[in-house]
Amino acid sequence: MERDGYTGHRAFWFRFAMTLAVFLTVLVAHGDEVNVAVAANFAAPMKRIVADFERDTGHKVQLSSGATGKFYAQIRNGAPFDVLLAADEETPAHLAQEGAAITGSRFTYAIGRLVLWSPRSDFVDVDGKVLQRGNFDHIAIANPRLAPYGMAAVEVLRSLGYYDALVPRIVEGENIAQAYQFVASGNAPLGFVALSQVMKDGRIREGSAWIVPETLHRPIRQDAILLGHGINNVAARTLLAYLRDNKARSVMQSFGYAW
Amino acid sequence: MMSLGTEDGVAILLTLKLAGLVTVLLLIVGTPLAWWLAHTRSAWKGPVGAVVALPLVLPPTVLGFYMLLAMGPAGPVGRMTQALGFGLLPFTFTGLVIASLLYSLPFVVQPLQAAFASLGNAPLEAAATLRAGPVDRFFTVVLPLTRPGFLTATVLGFTHTVGEFGVVLMMGGNIPGQTRVISVQIYDHVEAMEYARAHGLAAAMVIFSFLVLALLYRRQRPALL
Repeated sequence: MERDGYTGHRAFWFRFAMTLAVFLTVLVAHGDEVNVAVAANFAAPMKRIVADFERDTGHKVQLSSGATGKFYAQIRNGAPFDVLLAADEETPAHLAQEGAAITGSRFTYAIGRLVLWSPRSDFVDVDGKVLQRGNFDHIAIANPRLAPYGMAAVEVLRSLGYYDALVPRIVEGENIAQAYQFVASGNAPLGFVALSQVMKDGRIREGSAWIVPETLHRPIRQDAILLGHGINNVAARTLLAYLRDNKARSVMQSFGYAW
Repeated sequence: MMSLGTEDGVAILLTLKLAGLVTVLLLIVGTPLAWWLAHTRSAWKGPVGAVVALPLVLPPTVLGFYMLLAMGPAGPVGRMTQALGFGLLPFTFTGLVIASLLYSLPFVVQPLQAAFASLGNAPLEAAATLRAGPVDRFFTVVLPLTRPGFLTATVLGFTHTVGEFGVVLMMGGNIPGQTRVISVQIYDHVEAMEYARAHGLAAAMVIFSFLVLALLYRRQRPALL
């Protein structure tokens, strides 16, 4: 009896270990996992693209959205991201120079569009003349020191010659998501946000908007790059290629991006 | 050497102004509130105490987000301030003061409440038999006996307001001289990858907080923490 009990235990643990091994193998074989840091302005389209990608390839994607500058600091300090989808060109270039990213893998995945937007209908006219009228207390932009969309907003105001007059009324969000929040909550009646934030299926979702002509600011080129952490990650390379695929690009287009 | 630019100087002055004003207001509002909490047998003691303590446990982003909505044009506070002709509070110094009052409230009320509770009724009753009126009793009996509690409340209220970040980020709008406080300025430096400037301010803040707390704890056992 004693002996039987012992072998019984052994048999149990053997089966347990085998089950675990099979289970783990299934998990691993199911596809690679890729950790992606994505700029706040591209979070919404990226979720749609990732859903397609996971269905098409069987790979798994973990998305973290936030400010590009914060990702830079985290990646420099060993954050386990495989891919960075930045809001600018400079950050991926810096990372490549510093050896934290793979130089040859950098490309422009999207060109962003800036829009002057208000949740109120009839507030922003299609030519942006509202800036000249100036009938508002606050105008929200993303912090131009940190966010390319913020810098572009300042360039627009400068090219139109309204910057100096409007400076006292500018409120800055830490990133473009927060600038949107200031406007959407009504605390600032209007603001410069990313077209992707107010566009759905090719149309402005609500309120009124002026899609800023690209001649008024430098193009907002958003670059992607493979990070050092993802150098041997098949899913990461597949995802980067997928971003240039027509399927992904039609999603981007519906959010107002070009490439 | 770490140098502080004029922008940083503006942020430091603004932060000290904010923390100073908030601490004074909190002592004025917090003292009667702490007294009531320490002595009441009302059924409201639980709910009121919980509301006072909420900022201790809630993430500042939750507080900041709700304050932004509440003080916005569609929110209850925003409607009231607009009806009274004050306009909207987000993106203003006044708005930050009000937000900080809520945010730092437990850091002032709780040490005071503990001090008042441990004082007990005996000294007050003794003073009353000597015909001291309520105001007299407060200033000649309560205040001297609970001085450590007031010191803790003042220091924690001040330093906690200096260290405030999430709420300001959510409803400040980063306006120099109005809402761009030290913690936000440090964050901007870090995000802009200007680590040297961030170090200057951040190190100053660590040293300041350490010195103040070291002085406080050398004098007494803390009433909170």
